Amino acid sequence: MECKPDILGWNGLQFFGAISASISHEIKNVIAIINENAGLLEDYCFMAEKGKPIDPARMKAISEKVAKQVKRGDGIIRMMNRFAHSVDEPVRSVDLAELIALVVALNGRFAANKNVKVDVRPAEAPLLLSTNPFYLENLLFLCLQYAMESAGGGGVLTLTPEKSAEGFSITITGLADFPEPFPTRPVEALLEALDATLTADPASKSLTLALKR
Amino acid sequence: MDEIKVLLVDDEEEFVKTLAERIEMRNLGSDIAYNGEQALKVVKDEVPDVMILDLKMPGIDGMEVLRRVKKAYPDVQVIMLTGHGSDKDENEARQLGAYDYLQKPADIDKIVSTIKNAYKNKVQKSIMAATFAEAGEFDTAREMMKENGEKKKSVKSE
Repeated sequence: MECKPDILGWNGLQFFGAISASISHEIKNVIAIINENAGLLEDYCFMAEKGKPIDPARMKAISEKVAKQVKRGDGIIRMMNRFAHSVDEPVRSVDLAELIALVVALNGRFAANKNVKVDVRPAEAPLLLSTNPFYLENLLFLCLQYAMESAGGGGVLTLTPEKSAEGFSITITGLADFPEPFPTRPVEALLEALDATLTADPASKSLTLALKR
Repeated sequence: MDEIKVLLVDDEEEFVKTLAERIEMRNLGSDIAYNGEQALKVVKDEVPDVMILDLKMPGIDGMEVLRRVKKAYPDVQVIMLTGHGSDKDENEARQLGAYDYLQKPADIDKIVSTIKNAYKNKVQKSIMAATFAEAGEFDTAREMMKENGEKKKSVKSE
């Protein structure tokens, strides 16, 4: 037997798992680059011991590469930390623009693999709303996955967050078509949990997510 | 050992360039491709002996590159080198004929020894296939070339 809380729970775990796998992959890449550069330094030291002089410019370049990867790794871990804290409270005040930026960053590797560019139009003012941040991140991620599948390789998606009469909206443009089935059951369950609506507009090839304040 | 033609395929530019430099220091030259499309083009232009192939890449991913390369050039030895730790992916890669599946970060000596062993494997299979062909056993020779990757897989799973 399946009920809505199970759909949300299981889908939420799948979302958490997908993001964790993607982040761990990114971190492994960072570690692998640092590992190769550390090895390269060792190789140069070994050659120096055999009498080949060390080029200080080469050493500096390697050190800069390591520093760059440390910064990249720090960014990934900060993002992971922010995402992990999404489940601290069931409902809290969030800035929609910041939440969108986080989801787009978390989606980065998926977009790169599908060769889809995802842009965000900056909001003119802070868009504060009281919501379940994890559910909203999950819903936006699922909408992005659908939109990327629709846009295909080489596609460009643009997310536009705005204030609306009832609250806020996020419009995703750049889709090519609207393959069924959509919305899926997890999307429907998340829309219900967030008291939100999702509208597909084939004319403007867009999806609009409407959220109450 | 003859000069081994190695192709490194990875979308992490800094990783693959540093790896190329380090394996060159160990007397192994290599070509580089930064995505699946480039890799297939390089293979078409000059078939390598051994490929070091990342799994998750934009566009044509490593699994698809492996599938296409093993289909068109079964004797190319493909070593997967990835940060993706899924057992499912490893099993699929081995079933498609990957010679080995290494996890990032990998020790340079391990990478170099795996490249050399993969090349030896290729040469041995070619010699054996040639021997069978000379003896007129063409079907066996063809099978040997086809099973190049599959035999490695069954040894691994034992």
